[in-house]
Amino acid sequence: MSDIAIRCEGIAKQYRIGQRESYRALRDTVTDAVTAPFRRVRAALRGGNGQSPKGTATIWALKDISFAVRTGEVVGIIGRNGAGKSTLLKILSRITNPTRGSADIYGRVGSLLEVGTGFHPELTGRENVYLNGAILGMKKAEIARKFDEIVDFAELDEFIDTPVKRYSSGMYVRLAFAVAAHLEPEILIVDEVLAVGDAQFQKKCISRMQKVGESGHTVLLVSHNVALVEALCRRAILLEKGEVVARGAASQVTAEYNAMFSDRNEIHRENTGELIFEGIRNRADLDGISGADDLAFRIGLRTGPRPLQSVYVDFALVNERGQWVVHSRAKFLDRSFHFEPHSRWELVYMIKAPMLAPGQYHLTLYAADAGQTHLWIEHIDACSVSARSHFGSAGVLDVLGATVPPFELELRKECNSHPS
Amino acid sequence: MATLSGEALRLEPQVAAAAPGPGLLHVAIRPARGWTGLNLGELWQYRELLFFLIWRDIKVRYKQTALGAAWAILQPVFSMVVFSLFFGRLAKVPSDGIPYPVFAYCALLPWQLFAYALAESSNSVVANERLITKVYFPRLVIPIAGVLAGLVDFAIAFSVLIFLMLRYGIVPTWTIATLPLFVLLAILTALAVGLWLSALNVQYRDVRYTVGFLTQIWLFLSPVAYPSSLVPERWRPLYGLNPMAGVVEGFRWALVGKTPPPGAMLAVSVAVVILLLVGGLFYFRRMENSFADVI
Repeated sequence: MSDIAIRCEGIAKQYRIGQRESYRALRDTVTDAVTAPFRRVRAALRGGNGQSPKGTATIWALKDISFAVRTGEVVGIIGRNGAGKSTLLKILSRITNPTRGSADIYGRVGSLLEVGTGFHPELTGRENVYLNGAILGMKKAEIARKFDEIVDFAELDEFIDTPVKRYSSGMYVRLAFAVAAHLEPEILIVDEVLAVGDAQFQKKCISRMQKVGESGHTVLLVSHNVALVEALCRRAILLEKGEVVARGAASQVTAEYNAMFSDRNEIHRENTGELIFEGIRNRADLDGISGADDLAFRIGLRTGPRPLQSVYVDFALVNERGQWVVHSRAKFLDRSFHFEPHSRWELVYMIKAPMLAPGQYHLTLYAADAGQTHLWIEHIDACSVSARSHFGSAGVLDVLGATVPPFELELRKECNSHPS
Repeated sequence: MATLSGEALRLEPQVAAAAPGPGLLHVAIRPARGWTGLNLGELWQYRELLFFLIWRDIKVRYKQTALGAAWAILQPVFSMVVFSLFFGRLAKVPSDGIPYPVFAYCALLPWQLFAYALAESSNSVVANERLITKVYFPRLVIPIAGVLAGLVDFAIAFSVLIFLMLRYGIVPTWTIATLPLFVLLAILTALAVGLWLSALNVQYRDVRYTVGFLTQIWLFLSPVAYPSSLVPERWRPLYGLNPMAGVVEGFRWALVGKTPPPGAMLAVSVAVVILLLVGGLFYFRRMENSFADVI
C-alpha cells in the first residue's frame, strides 16, 4: 500500500498569452512586426507598459506544484476555474510538457480528459468502441473481450451497428462513457467526465467510479464538484492560481474550498439604496443539506427613506458552472410586496423539494417595481448540497436549464430602523 | 484563508518518501529540451492505434458519396484520358516507345498516391486536434497513418493498369519485382515532406494553402506527362533532386521494363528522400512538444 504511484516535484507551466487556442498565420507575424511600434506608442500615451498583448506576455498556469500519490489511493484535485487543474492533468497525461519541474509515474496510465475522444460520426457504435478504445490505450483483444460489457453498460444493444451521427446526444454520451469506464489502467487520471447523461446514468457512472477506486486502482480525479470529491476521494489537493493551497483529508480540503467561495463578495449589479440586502440569515444551516428537501432562505432586507409599492422579487439559484438551475419569479405567484420606509424585513424564500445535484450554489436576487430596479445582486453564497443525498434520492435536478419547482414567498416586518 | 492542520501537511513527506513498486512501467515527465530521440520503440508499441487510425480514414473516406470507391479509379483514369488526348495525341509528347495511355497511367498511379498522401499527412495533425489535446500517444502515428491510408486507393487504381496493359498487350518483365520498392519510395517521399508540413501547419496555417499549389507545381516538375529522357542526360542527376522523378521513372521501368533503368537519377532521389525524412522526423519530434499548446 505504501508504494508510490505518482510523484510531482516543482511542476511549473508557463504559457505565452495568446499562444493557447490561437494559431498564427505568417501574415500575422508580419503585421505584428509592422504595427508593434504604433501599438507601443499608443500604449505609452495611455500610460501602459507598451507590451503587446500577444507576443512576449506570459502567464504561469502552474507554479511549483509538488505532491505524491500512493498506489491504490483515490485523490481529488479541486479548485476554481483557471486554478490550473486541467493544465496539471495535461502534464500528467503527457499531452504537454512542464516548463520546469518533473513528475514520475509508476504504472500504466490511462487518462480521461474527455469522453468520446476520437469518436467519428460516420462510424457505427461498434466501430467507435474499437476506435475509441484504441485511442484510450486499450489493446484490440482487450476491447473485444469487454465489448459486450461495454454495450450492456451503455444500454445500446439494438443501436450498436447504427452510425453514431444518428444517435441522440444521450446515447452518444452513454456509449462514450461506457468505453471510458472499461479502461482499467493501473493509474487512472480523470477530468470531470462523470457528469454525463441523465440522472440515472450519472449515478451509474459514479458507482462505477467508486468500484474502480475500491478495487485498488490509483485514481487522480479533477473536479470542481466538491460533493463528488468528498464521496469518492480520501485525500484531496486544492489548487488556486497555480499553487497548492491546501492538501490532506478530502473533507478538510473541500471545507477549505467552500470557504474560498464564502470569502468572495456578492456582485452588486444595481443598488439604489432604497432596498438594502442584509445577508441570508440562516446561511450557516445551509451547508451539506440534502438536495431533495425543501429549502428555505431567510433573507434580511432593510428599507431606506421611501416607501416602496408593488415590488416584485425574483430569485435564481445558480450552480458552480454559472448555470441557473432554479428560477423563481414573484410574478408567477402574482405576488408583490409593499415595504414601509426605515424598517427591517425578513423575506422567506422557500423552494419545495428542488432536487438539487450535489455542489455549491449561489443566489441571484432581483427586486424591482414598475418603474425601477431597486436591487440586483448576483453570486450571493447560498448553500451547499451534499453527496449523500445524491445517492439516496431518486432524482437529481440536472443543469440543462432552469426549472421552476413550486416555491413560496413570505414577507415579515421585523422592526423599525433608524436611517444610518 | 485558514491553513490546514499540521497533520494533513505532514502526510505529504511520508508519501513522498515511499518507493515505487517493483517492476512497474516508469514514465518520466520532464520539461522539453530541444531535440530528442525518435523513440521508434514506443511507436511500435502503438502499432494497433496506427492500424485503427488508418482503418478509420479508409472507412470514412467514401462514406455518404454516391460513387464510393469508384472515385479512386475515376481520378487517375480521367487524368490519363486528358493527358493522352492533349499531351499524347495533340502535343505529340514522346513516351519512350510505350503507348501513351499506359505511359501516363504508370506515372499517375504513384503520383496520385504521393499527392493524396502528402495532402493527408500535411493536414493530419491539425485535423486530429481533438486527439492531440486530449490523449497521449506518439504523435508520429498521425502523419504516418495519413500517408498509409492512401494505399487502398492506390490498390484500387492499380487494377485499371492491369486492364490497360492487357489491352495493349504489354507483358511485364522481372523488373516488376522491384515495384514495391518504388511504392515504398513514393510513400516515404510523401511522409518526408508531410512531416515538415504537418508540424509547420500547427504553427502556421499558411501550409493549408501551400499544399495544393505545391502539388500542382510539383506535378509539372515530375516526369508524369513527359518522359525524363526529355531532360538532357547530364542534367538528370540534378533532375533527380526531385524525388518524385526517381519514383515515377522507377515505376515505368518496373512495370513496362522498356525504358532504361533510372540509375543515377534514382540514386539522387533516394538520397534526397533519406535526408528529408530523417530531418523531418527529428523536426517533428522537436515541434510535437508544443502541439497541444499551440494547435
